[in-house]
Amino acid sequence: MNTNHTREITYLEAVREAMIQEMRLNKEVFLIGEDVGTYGGAFGVSKGMLEEFGPERIRDTPISEAAIAGAATGAALMGMRPVMEVMFMDFLTISTNQLVNQAAKMRFMFGGKCSIPMVIRAPSGSGTGAAAQHSQSLEAWFVNVPGIKVVAPSSPYDAKGLLIAAIRDNNPVLFMEHKLLYRLKGPVPEEPYTIPLQSAEVKREGRDLTIVAYSIMVPRALEAAEKLAAEGIEVEVVDPRSLKPLDKETIIRSVSKTGRVLITHEAPGTGGYGGELAAVIAGSAAFDYLDAPIRRLAGRDVPIPYNRTLEQAAVPQVEDIVAAARELAQEGR
Amino acid sequence: MTAQKTKANIVATSGSHRLLKELPHAKLTWMLQRMCEIRYFEEKAEDLYMRGLVHGTMHLSIGQEATSVGSIATLRPEDLIIHHHRGHGHTIAKGADLTTMMAEFLGKETGYCRGRGGSMHIADISGGNMGATGVVGGGIPTAVGIALALQMRRSEQVLLSYFGDGATNEGEFHESLNMASTWKLPVVFICDNNQYGMSMHVSRVMNIANISERAASYGIPGQSVDGNDVLAVYEAVLGAVEHARSGKGPSLIDCVSYRWRGHSKSDRNLYRTQEEIEEWKRKCPIRRFKKVLIEAVVMTDSETEAIDQTAKATIEHAAEVAQTFPEPSPEHMEEEVYAL
Repeated sequence: MNTNHTREITYLEAVREAMIQEMRLNKEVFLIGEDVGTYGGAFGVSKGMLEEFGPERIRDTPISEAAIAGAATGAALMGMRPVMEVMFMDFLTISTNQLVNQAAKMRFMFGGKCSIPMVIRAPSGSGTGAAAQHSQSLEAWFVNVPGIKVVAPSSPYDAKGLLIAAIRDNNPVLFMEHKLLYRLKGPVPEEPYTIPLQSAEVKREGRDLTIVAYSIMVPRALEAAEKLAAEGIEVEVVDPRSLKPLDKETIIRSVSKTGRVLITHEAPGTGGYGGELAAVIAGSAAFDYLDAPIRRLAGRDVPIPYNRTLEQAAVPQVEDIVAAARELAQEGR
Repeated sequence: MTAQKTKANIVATSGSHRLLKELPHAKLTWMLQRMCEIRYFEEKAEDLYMRGLVHGTMHLSIGQEATSVGSIATLRPEDLIIHHHRGHGHTIAKGADLTTMMAEFLGKETGYCRGRGGSMHIADISGGNMGATGVVGGGIPTAVGIALALQMRRSEQVLLSYFGDGATNEGEFHESLNMASTWKLPVVFICDNNQYGMSMHVSRVMNIANISERAASYGIPGQSVDGNDVLAVYEAVLGAVEHARSGKGPSLIDCVSYRWRGHSKSDRNLYRTQEEIEEWKRKCPIRRFKKVLIEAVVMTDSETEAIDQTAKATIEHAAEVAQTFPEPSPEHMEEEVYAL
């Protein structure tokens, strides 16, 4: 990963730096979305970019998520590389026709004679008290659509490298930015670099069980692993980083080593991405090494509630991961 | 139900006489030839379907030939179009190879989309046809993006964005016209108004007489024209194309016409009378254009018939050749989904 002596910046700054560096490099890259200009974006991700790149490339839009997605799709069809910011991932529901029926389909449907190189940046997840319509994690919807890639970085380093890779990718890439991660600090090299989209990473090594986690669940899993280490349980944490395409090998290798796996994500369990991960593991060579059933720890099947206690209870917290992992580590022993 | 429900107050009528003098003979020939090709293509498509040779559905534009031809006739070769499920006419008018197009209709590997798209999704990207979308109104936001790219690249190209009357009730239509107008994008929005969204007559789904009135909401020019008059369509769209090309932004042109056939293969025409259909058949845009050309002594009767018969033979040949083309292979489909 990164070297020593690297300066530390936040996840939010890493996203911004990736965009700035790609925009300096390639005139065809531009940012389009609601309030991305003077306002700097609802979360401040594009703060200061208007001054450097001007209103044509840092393009404020009407509140029209379908037309924003269409504008990005059409510009990408022409070979430009738009980065579309949706204010909250929830609002992609309004963009879905353009993303699912146009952007994802056009290449295949038109016989491979075009490509749609665009990025959809989507602030996702709960924990901000924004309630049911501003807190969702909709990755499972999009991984089920051939033609779209889905990326969900968990650290500032990954955010920068994956976003640059996403911008250079020749396909629509849904880039999930968890709102609670925006303030997370970490080492990030100043120069541009890419992380291949199909590359999971072992975030912590351990022999007793594997936790597969992405986005906000990675720092939570790492914290849980720290607590479990004090009890003598050594947890390995694997972050797929990109959900589609998925680096299956890294996950299968880890589970084959530990023989136990806990899959965790914030989105509701029913029909969630964890089911896909479980199926990948169960259908692989890792199955023979399993010492306990594959376990999932997902968000509860409820809309995200407003009240702080209810909101925290709706998605897995560190203590939930600790409890589930402890149980799994002891199962059948 | 009678034709009286067609309340559209057509604003522009044909400037035929002047245009017949101004337009080069080759252009007028091209227009008639393309209109005939569209008619024969659609009839051949229907014939192939009836004979069980077509796997999917189709949406025929018989009766609407003047709209696609009259509008695309205003374009330069490098200009672009994006259109919809009833899109055979636009594709032919934009200059598609008829055999390749027929091959796509038949699902062949050598078709425009290698048999992956079919009738509803014919695209010819290198020929400036940015593709047909099957979701009503779905191409309109994409059109905004194409036009945005043209503007950001300081291109002189313009884009024609086609959709039906039904699409103008979609939210995407309103979001897109507002955005394109705000940014003064080089696009002309063209409503192929055949008066029915599947079974619903426009009078049952909107409380205005002319779809072009909607332009006022976006501060752009709007005009309704007789969509069966190829020269009236040409004249209206030409003005809108010049407007767009000169950086003044989009327009909305509402071309009022009629589809002779049902919405798709499953349509039993329960929502309209045979009398109404017959009345519109009497307004056939091809017969009308031939008559205009002959009366203005631009062409003789035998000249128009020669064009007509050549078009018919071209389509027959395209259909015969296309049927001999290979089927695509189901192997490796996954590899075509993503670009490298």
